[in-house]
Amino acid sequence: MQEIMKERAIALLQDGTVNRVLGWQAGTFVYDITPSVFRSAEELGQGFVYNDFCGNNLSKYLVKESKKEGKAAVFLKPCDTYSFNQLIKEHRILCDNVYAIGVPCSGKADIEKIKAAGISGVTGIASDDENFAVETIYGSQTVEKSAVLLERCKSCKSKKHVVYDELIGQEGEVQDAGRFDMVEKLEKMTSEERFAFWRGELSRCIRCNACRNVCPACTCEKCVFDNDDSGVAAKASADTFEENMYHIIRAFHVAGRCTDCGECSRVCPQNIPLHLLNRKGIKDINEFFGEFQAGEDCQTLSPLTAFTKGDVEPGIVNTKGGM
Amino acid sequence: MQKLSLTRMNELFEIIAADRLLYLPVDNNAGQAQYKKWEPGAVMSQALNTVRSAKDFFFPQTENIVDFKMTGKDIELIDSRSKLENFVIFGVRACDARSFSILDKVFLAEPVDTFYQSRREHGTIITLSCTRPEETCFCSVFGIDAGNPEGDISSWIEDGEIYFEAITEKGTAMMKSFESILAEADDSAVKEQQKRTKEIIAKLPLGGLDLSGFNEDELLEKFNSPKWADLSQSCLGCGTCTFICPTCQCYDICDFDTGHEVKRFRCWDSCMYSDFTKMAHGNPRITQTEKFRQRFMHKLIYFPSNHNGEYGCVGCGRCLAKCPVSMNIAKVARALGDE
Repeated sequence: MQEIMKERAIALLQDGTVNRVLGWQAGTFVYDITPSVFRSAEELGQGFVYNDFCGNNLSKYLVKESKKEGKAAVFLKPCDTYSFNQLIKEHRILCDNVYAIGVPCSGKADIEKIKAAGISGVTGIASDDENFAVETIYGSQTVEKSAVLLERCKSCKSKKHVVYDELIGQEGEVQDAGRFDMVEKLEKMTSEERFAFWRGELSRCIRCNACRNVCPACTCEKCVFDNDDSGVAAKASADTFEENMYHIIRAFHVAGRCTDCGECSRVCPQNIPLHLLNRKGIKDINEFFGEFQAGEDCQTLSPLTAFTKGDVEPGIVNTKGGM
Repeated sequence: MQKLSLTRMNELFEIIAADRLLYLPVDNNAGQAQYKKWEPGAVMSQALNTVRSAKDFFFPQTENIVDFKMTGKDIELIDSRSKLENFVIFGVRACDARSFSILDKVFLAEPVDTFYQSRREHGTIITLSCTRPEETCFCSVFGIDAGNPEGDISSWIEDGEIYFEAITEKGTAMMKSFESILAEADDSAVKEQQKRTKEIIAKLPLGGLDLSGFNEDELLEKFNSPKWADLSQSCLGCGTCTFICPTCQCYDICDFDTGHEVKRFRCWDSCMYSDFTKMAHGNPRITQTEKFRQRFMHKLIYFPSNHNGEYGCVGCGRCLAKCPVSMNIAKVARALGDE
């Protein structure tokens, strides 16, 4: 797949369709992949990679990249296409300047899970359909791929690309992999238990803002938490509840727009299951307004921004009139 | 050198914790190691290192400095620093142990940072040797010996025993408090372990990281390198690398208005953040490229230029493991080192 993608990227550069390609750059090891812009066949030849560790969702980079000169090609995994669509809907990407190439994904792996399985000193990873053969400075070990998937990939919502200019490989289907199971578990807790659960998780937050900065739904020019005049500290907590506030506010702000791409949980250095906050929002929207998947298309209004008198809480506008 | 059976670790912890706070790495609910206050029954983590570094003990993420209490037109100044107890950090690795001497060069230089100084005076560091380094480790590049960590007391776990050796006066005094349960030991087991660790370290992929071009003489050449733009293009501008780094030492001072008083505190800052170096006229570092460049220039050029060639990095590998886009100091050093 990597070679096909590379060839296609080179062809698009050479026939002038695009002047650069957003893809993934190989690192020092097999797993430390960096999003990168490739401008020539030579650059693609040197570092372009598409493997089991290309978890990074490239769609947010297009907010800036699509405003530069010329057209950019971008490789999008199925779940990345939802983010891409959502950003088009929010007018954050100039889609005329983007050439989107859908690429298949069988789930991406989490190096931390490989390490948690007791494998350390990783120097090489080879893979077949089922397993990773991991070379380490302490010897070789094998680990099942399904056991070390990224958290979000364990409950993949879709193998289908919802938008693309061209697709490489086979198109997949929307999946039902029980992504609300944990949310249901949390809902069944008493409010005290649930409060304790979230306090336990969120208390580990170091306010690095990685979740916000990676989030394709967080594209405000100036985040409220970066505004000196807002009265909320951007990098320190005035009290022990402030990290919690930060995450709750963020979850509310992206509700109805979050596509459940799972980047927030992937990047959290403290492994806080932040995606669960967003999934609670998605589940509630589904229940109160009917099934809705953000990013599925780029026209439908989000239930939270489309007022109807049939809304679950039509509110004061409905009772006092006005519409 | 003295030793103790690992089965008696709890006795040791009880003695240490009797008259001071004891912190050690334990696994948290996410399965990662973090320093926690010891309580009976606490189990020391087997992880190579904690996610957050040990700098937190001396340079906490937030710290109260002073309160201003307003009554009418009077302003009362209240020293709001927290009262410190003596404390021990157990199980610090060699990389973090070295980070303290790097932080000392910043905070204990004139004018001395008395908040930091006081924490340093109250703290005793018991280090633990590494026997199973990760591929992300490169402490040897900075002359750190993972098999022979610095600290007030060094320790080695080998074959069911833990071996101790006091390094500093503070460590010697500390060890007296628990010498009743220790037995005399020769250092052959430790020497054997160190030999094995050395062999592993020689195989580490980043062990040969070449920093020869990173010095004051090449400051401008490095600063003006066109490579920064590409290196920084994927940087998210988050603070992960700076906040988990054992040597990042930048902080901000902020005022919190409670309505009837002002609490002045300091908190970690990150050169990756948008308001870092922001002044009345704006921010001289306009794009993420300048912010990104600052972090690595600081660690690899400015710090050694100001401190006899010592780099502002200990090779702990945390940023390699945790950067959301896998861009890190080792990649930067390699990319710029070719010039």
